[in-house]
Amino acid sequence: MSAAARAAQLGMAHILLEKTDHLSDTIFRYQKGKHVMATPSQLVLRSDMDFDAGKREKILQTWNDQAASQNVLVRYRSEVTAITGGPGKFELKLADGDTINAEAVILAIGTQGNPNLMRCPGGDLPHVEYQLDDPTAILDEHITVVGAGDAGIENALGLAADPEQRNVVSIVNRSADFSRAKDANVKALTAAAEEGRVTIFTETSTNRIEADHIVLDTRDGELRIPCNRIIARMGSAPPRGFVESCGIEFSSKDREAFPILSPVFESTAAGIFVIGALAGYPLIKHCMNQGYDVVEFINGNVDLKPADEPILEAKFRTLPGKRSVDEWLDLLRTQIDILRELTPLQMREFTLDSDVSFVRKGDVVFERGAPGSSLFNVAQGSVHVQVSPTDSSIIVPIGTGAMFGEVGLISGRKRGATVVAAEDSILMEIPRTGALKLIATVPTVKRAVTRVSIERQLLQLFKAGLSPADIADVVESAETISVRAGDAIISEGDESYDIYVIRVGSMVVERTIGGKAVFLSYLPAGSYVGEMALIEGGRRTATVRAAVKSEVIKLNGDAFRGLLERNPALLDRLKVDMATRKDVNAHIETMKSTFSDVSDMYSSVASFLVENGIGEATDVLLIDEKLCVGCDNCEKACADSHDGLSRLDREAGKTYAHLHVPTSCRHCEHPHCMADCPPNAIHRGIDGEVFIDDTCIGCGNCQRGCPYGVIRMDKVPPKKPPLLNWLLFGTGPGPGEPSAKWSKKHGNPEAPKKAIKCDMCSGLEGGPSCVRACPTGAAIRISPEQFLSVSQMQKGD
Amino acid sequence: MASQLSGNSKKRLGGTSHVSFLKHADYRWLKISAALSALALFSYALIDVEPRHSGSSWYGYTLGTIGAGLILWLALLGYKKRSIKPGQWTLKSWVSAHVWLGLSLIIVATLHCAFQFGWNVHTLAYVLMMIVIVSGIYGICAYTILPKHLSANRGDMTQAEMLDNLRSIDRQLHDATQPLGMELATLIGESLSNDPFQGSILARLTNSYPDCPTHAAFVTVSAAAKDRSVDNADDLVRASQILSRKVAALSNIRRHLQLKAQLEIWLYFHVPVTFALIAALTAHVVSVFFYW
Repeated sequence: MSAAARAAQLGMAHILLEKTDHLSDTIFRYQKGKHVMATPSQLVLRSDMDFDAGKREKILQTWNDQAASQNVLVRYRSEVTAITGGPGKFELKLADGDTINAEAVILAIGTQGNPNLMRCPGGDLPHVEYQLDDPTAILDEHITVVGAGDAGIENALGLAADPEQRNVVSIVNRSADFSRAKDANVKALTAAAEEGRVTIFTETSTNRIEADHIVLDTRDGELRIPCNRIIARMGSAPPRGFVESCGIEFSSKDREAFPILSPVFESTAAGIFVIGALAGYPLIKHCMNQGYDVVEFINGNVDLKPADEPILEAKFRTLPGKRSVDEWLDLLRTQIDILRELTPLQMREFTLDSDVSFVRKGDVVFERGAPGSSLFNVAQGSVHVQVSPTDSSIIVPIGTGAMFGEVGLISGRKRGATVVAAEDSILMEIPRTGALKLIATVPTVKRAVTRVSIERQLLQLFKAGLSPADIADVVESAETISVRAGDAIISEGDESYDIYVIRVGSMVVERTIGGKAVFLSYLPAGSYVGEMALIEGGRRTATVRAAVKSEVIKLNGDAFRGLLERNPALLDRLKVDMATRKDVNAHIETMKSTFSDVSDMYSSVASFLVENGIGEATDVLLIDEKLCVGCDNCEKACADSHDGLSRLDREAGKTYAHLHVPTSCRHCEHPHCMADCPPNAIHRGIDGEVFIDDTCIGCGNCQRGCPYGVIRMDKVPPKKPPLLNWLLFGTGPGPGEPSAKWSKKHGNPEAPKKAIKCDMCSGLEGGPSCVRACPTGAAIRISPEQFLSVSQMQKGD
Repeated sequence: MASQLSGNSKKRLGGTSHVSFLKHADYRWLKISAALSALALFSYALIDVEPRHSGSSWYGYTLGTIGAGLILWLALLGYKKRSIKPGQWTLKSWVSAHVWLGLSLIIVATLHCAFQFGWNVHTLAYVLMMIVIVSGIYGICAYTILPKHLSANRGDMTQAEMLDNLRSIDRQLHDATQPLGMELATLIGESLSNDPFQGSILARLTNSYPDCPTHAAFVTVSAAAKDRSVDNADDLVRASQILSRKVAALSNIRRHLQLKAQLEIWLYFHVPVTFALIAALTAHVVSVFFYW
């Protein structure tokens, strides 16, 4: 429509073919009263139509009025069934039998008509819908919205907006964070969840749909909830059949790939231009700008630069070699592996979010231990990764086109190695949110990142001087599998001999003895399992099941055997690991006859710990309640070590067999708090601690995201007088957290609330204060591998 | 065991293995304390001081200096536990040393005074010290025996949750009282206005509340509820059920308060008497040197 308006303004002959009986169908089909946003905000609007964030009705009104006043020629109810001919003499066949002749065609049909379908059993039932017209018309229903993109979130909020409608609304998201949705929507959704209006299921997928129930696979297992209506908003794909029949080629065979376009939006079929969502750009502002631009191009205005040109120009200004913006974009796109399948338009989008920089030989890109979770790509030149913390001469080269920094991106950990430019290079840095979006929207990027991270994880895990070439076939055979909590990847007695590497989550190893599952050991992310059957042959000797929802890399047994034959050093290493595991097995074997309450106790303490989130913990505070006298010195020391606010609640939390798990950060393998931090202020430190840096804006997303309730939002209280003043003269509130009253009296009332959580006393000599301040030795910090010893100690007492 | 990416957190937590303060570092401070006591006993027996052992011999001064030094150092724990500064130390190791070295004082100080007692400031200091030590021994016992009972009694509840629970029972009780007769309502009213924290220290320590209005109301109401013939029989049953829950909740919280009190009561002797001891010790030392 923006294109038609431009054509009308330029006095060009044009016709706007509209499939329905109204203009702007996409926005027309938005739910009533929807607030339409105008992102990206840094982009200037260039169109003859006005557009500003506001209600759906207001925007439609403005556009209808302006279309009329600018004499835009519209033909309603005109569905195009075929486009034939070539530049200058196109023939458009319409569904009602008419034919329209045109010199050029602009396709701005979007992707709405082709939604991604539910593919689980029951996905074809009549109450599965892909569209919600009027949320206020639905009353008294249990509704599950599948997909937490903007459309899904807005539908869920609309359905739950009025409590009078008595709808029970749930929203299901496949991943832990909402990387596809706009920030404001995510915030509104989390606020609604907090008020109890919407239930959010993250890391959840649909298992099957029944007549009035839906069965979900959640992080913690299968869940069946009542459901009368399912609204699936899982994105849409271009209507490929029609587009291809016009002679337009797509960038790849992926279902979600976009057409190949020139910088002036011309497709591979000369004379047919593609703009908007079909071109890979779903935002309204971009579509309107593109409509304006494309008509200018067709009109011969080839010098017209896109509206974002000045922003990009500024980005490239510091780079050597005077190239134009388009040349730079082209260079980046063709040089960088993961960007190769992007259309020039998508390329623009990601470049707007990213930084491109020039580094000289020897410049440090980032240092080991520095915070940062962005993804780097080498556009020109190469870099060296210094893998050893002590010897900077041990390096792994990364050449042109490759990426680095992906570990920080996936885990949020601090940088694991120092990276130095090996020659003068040009690097593109994509920030975490941009990179996650890239992974979410471009399937080939997801595969490339997965492949590289598998390869690097294997190299790091097995060390033994392996090179990427050595493990190439193993990586080729590798398969990432997500495992639901409680499901087994290996079952005792099976004859398989594949190897599994735990990528996300954690596993417990069990053996069945006398009909009871006995806990053998715990495997955190970054471990491998299954080598015993591979090396020694025979059946699996134990069952390995997921403690929490996990992801494993399955390595083909035959491929791995080949690797072992070529690398005896690796075989030796595995044998050493295997010996330890066999000892445990043998120990259990000898205890078989005397198995009784002792082993039960041992297994049940271990399972209690796993249930309380220690399954995904890296370091957790436990309190042995046989020793704890309740003095709360741990809390006081915590407050005194950290700005006067305690980050743990000793008394709260579960207790089993006198082992107490207080409310305090477990430093999860994959922190839930990190999933949705707008300023990206949560990082993982060098000792594995998850901490919040000073850029916290106090939005509270992390607090809502933490399943263990360990993050508090509070003001930093004023500084207390020294301890001696309190001891001798009674001034100030004394040790520990000052009372709210004292803080209010002495503090700054304007101070903002910030998210506060345990940082494991990072940077303080001696380690965590809670443990050091315990007078009786009740407070201990353990990592999950130390379960065995803790539960054994419990048993021994 | 699985291989995993190594962390250096264990190194950071040196000395905080999972053992109690008594067993800390393989009973290091018990050994040191025992050695000190043995040395004192041996030297006392072997060294022949003329005319006899006393606090004012060179040997007595030596033991006295060691003892006074120990007392001042032991008292420093009170400061140390409130000031958890960064560093390679743990409060547990301090407590361990405090306990074992504190016990050795019995021998060191007794040998220092060479069993000479009288009605004077010197013996006062000795007696105060023994009160501190005896209260400390009670503390060790309490810390060893009571925590597991405290944990078992509270389960997953915090003290605040126990009180919340009590308040919510009270609200229900208040509603359930409305349909009852004047006499019973007054009785239950007394239970409602009863403060769970009321009662003497002795009542709290012994967990005996013979005049508990809730208990009295429960006995009367549940007896009345047995009579199914009265009009408001159902109301009576309901009130008696709520009262029985309140009795259970009260006994739970009272047991909690009893254990907490037993865990803390000794500090009310241990700490103030320590200050008195330091005062008496100062007087003792000053007077000794004054009359030298």
